[in-house]
Amino acid sequence: MPKIKLAENTIQIIKDICSEFNHSEGELINVLHKVQHTLGYLPAEVQEVIARELKTSVAKVYGVVTFYSFFTMVPKGEFPISICMGTACYVRGAEQVLSEFKRQLKVEVGESTGDGKFSLNCLRCVGACGLAPVVMVGEKVFGRVSPTQVKQIIAEYREGCATEPAKSA
Amino acid sequence: MTDYKIHLLICGGTGCKSSESDEIKKSLKYWIDEANLKEEAQVVLTGCFGFCEKGPIVKVLPDNTFYVEVKPSDAEEIVKEHLLKGRPVQRLLYKDPHTNQQISDSKGMDFYKKQMRIALRNCGFINPESIHEYISRDGYMALGKCLTELTPEETIKEVKDSGLRGRGGGGFPTGLKWEITRNSEADQKYVVCNADEGDPGAFMDRSILEGDPHSVIEAMAICGYCIGADKGLVYIRAEYPLAIERLTTALRHAREYGLLGNDILGTGFNFEIDIRLGAGAFVCGEETALIHSMEGLRGEPTFKPPFPSVAGYLGKPTNVNNVETFANIPVIINKGAAWFSEIGTEKSKGTKVFALAGKINNVGLIEVPMGTTLREVIYDIGGGIKDGKEFKSVQTGGPSGGCLTKDFLDTPIDYDNLLAAGSMMGSGGMIVMDEDDCMVSIAKFYLEFTLEESCGKCSPCRIGNKRLHEILEKITKGYGEEKDIERLKLLSNVIKDTSLCGLGQSSPNPVLSTIANFEDEYLAHVQEQRCPSGQCKALLKYEIIEDLCTGCTLCFRNCPVGAITGERRQPHYIDQSLCIKCGACYEKCKFNAIKLS
Repeated sequence: MPKIKLAENTIQIIKDICSEFNHSEGELINVLHKVQHTLGYLPAEVQEVIARELKTSVAKVYGVVTFYSFFTMVPKGEFPISICMGTACYVRGAEQVLSEFKRQLKVEVGESTGDGKFSLNCLRCVGACGLAPVVMVGEKVFGRVSPTQVKQIIAEYREGCATEPAKSA
Repeated sequence: MTDYKIHLLICGGTGCKSSESDEIKKSLKYWIDEANLKEEAQVVLTGCFGFCEKGPIVKVLPDNTFYVEVKPSDAEEIVKEHLLKGRPVQRLLYKDPHTNQQISDSKGMDFYKKQMRIALRNCGFINPESIHEYISRDGYMALGKCLTELTPEETIKEVKDSGLRGRGGGGFPTGLKWEITRNSEADQKYVVCNADEGDPGAFMDRSILEGDPHSVIEAMAICGYCIGADKGLVYIRAEYPLAIERLTTALRHAREYGLLGNDILGTGFNFEIDIRLGAGAFVCGEETALIHSMEGLRGEPTFKPPFPSVAGYLGKPTNVNNVETFANIPVIINKGAAWFSEIGTEKSKGTKVFALAGKINNVGLIEVPMGTTLREVIYDIGGGIKDGKEFKSVQTGGPSGGCLTKDFLDTPIDYDNLLAAGSMMGSGGMIVMDEDDCMVSIAKFYLEFTLEESCGKCSPCRIGNKRLHEILEKITKGYGEEKDIERLKLLSNVIKDTSLCGLGQSSPNPVLSTIANFEDEYLAHVQEQRCPSGQCKALLKYEIIEDLCTGCTLCFRNCPVGAITGERRQPHYIDQSLCIKCGACYEKCKFNAIKLS
């Protein structure tokens, strides 16, 4: 991965978050949550700053970042698409929905489209099992998605969200 | 809830919220204002009603009218017809699928008839963001009773006598756990609430936290009083933003009312609760892993003993209980151990919440007395199998549990019976499968989950599950041999015996239980290279029906591997040894002349 240089104010943001948690090593996960929420992702350079601030090793920070699936070292797309792969969704056909997204976006799970608009991920159960299979685009939940609806969902986001987003069934 | 004559309760659980229940609330409010009913009718966003399949749900009190699949555009009619003219909107009532009768009162619905709500007592009744409503339903009464009338020992005895067992999966007696933590000497102790509900397809804990967060707060304070802790922590999944928000609000209210903080109710008892966020690791449901994660470390389990009750968070005695376990506590204190232990079976007392999902008509959140049979849950409450298909299996206990066949339908559900049947209670996920589900693929699906979630510490779990997955992959691709079934069993047992934590020890359960209960399906895969439910694509055979084939050559031209031969205007043939099962011919054929078998 090419090295990136963090802007001064980005470093300041990270430092501020660390002070908010009293530079306590035990708060590492909370710090990571907040930094990722603010910056979108946690590249190696950001982890270095956090390690320095919390007076711990970069290896430890990296170990934690890579352990938990919620943390990502690569930026997500403008519209992150997550397919629920919980059991309830799986038995109601989530796999077919996922393959259709892969086919339409021409990306694999964990990748982003070339234009940075969409990224594709799987997640385990959002708890809306009554609406299975479930797809999330950003914070919006689409329920009872069939492979035939996939094209339409993508199109609505691709053309900009000016119009009403697709109704969940 | 005293001033208003009419209450409109709208489900604000994750499922219904995704279906615009916020919009419905807005719309109802608008029409209530229009009708000048602002002084009489109140709109309340509540927790989950449980009947997710038919969401969003709107319930009208006091007449208990239960509207299903409500849309924002229905609000006008509800207000004008029901509230103003007293005529319930017929088309929004639930229709009993057997009798085709419309049922207006939820108590008359099969879905609710056999349920008994203890942990979910307030879900769908109160506004989870209002501490007043919780208090009006006996909230914080149990805490008051413990602090002023009972000693910690007496409270623990009450919990012990109730027979309550941990609802997170293991089923360890809760009172005993409290007693052990109480007896561990230390200057500081902790109460931890495990809300890291990771089982795919389970949403019990989330619904309780979203619908009734104060019940958990109250119980944690009671636990703190009993074990001698003044600090509580809730470890909650970051994937549950709504639950986090409601819990945060509830904590703030409890502090404002002096029900948390210093000198609670003037008794000198101090208790404070913080929230810790999970970050998406299933293994953190295991208590030692959870504690490490709260300390800011990788969530890897460690050897027990020492148990957390002796040395847990930051090395101090820590009592870890799950959300549903806590939600039972205030009721036990209020109504007494004797009342609680009347419910359930000999060794499993009380009720259990299940998240009923999969191929079932009434997906939802249910709570039934222990000892209810699977048949009652699936057919009476769940309304049977979707689309009239045949029941094949029910999976309980998530990735650690097993798949049960129809032979177990009349088994009363409790900890011990499920274990004896080769599955487990787990946290309460219950996934129903029908004839179209391939059990080998299901076992593979669960292993994919375990593979991703194994923390990697123990080789049997990290490498063994990978090998199990490879063998299953081989079987579903049609390259399996009979010896593979023996290999699966042997390896599974080694993984069970040699892994450190519950995740590894139970990870092969889906494989073992499907082999035990559906061996014929495995045999069909390995002996005949056939998938009885037609789910394993690689085992499907594409064939051309001679009578329907017109010899248009479209399939011949589209086959990427040249497996199709035939003369123009003559029936074509597929050479099975060359076919890669891509399905191109099947998609292209205009005459439905290609069949799958």
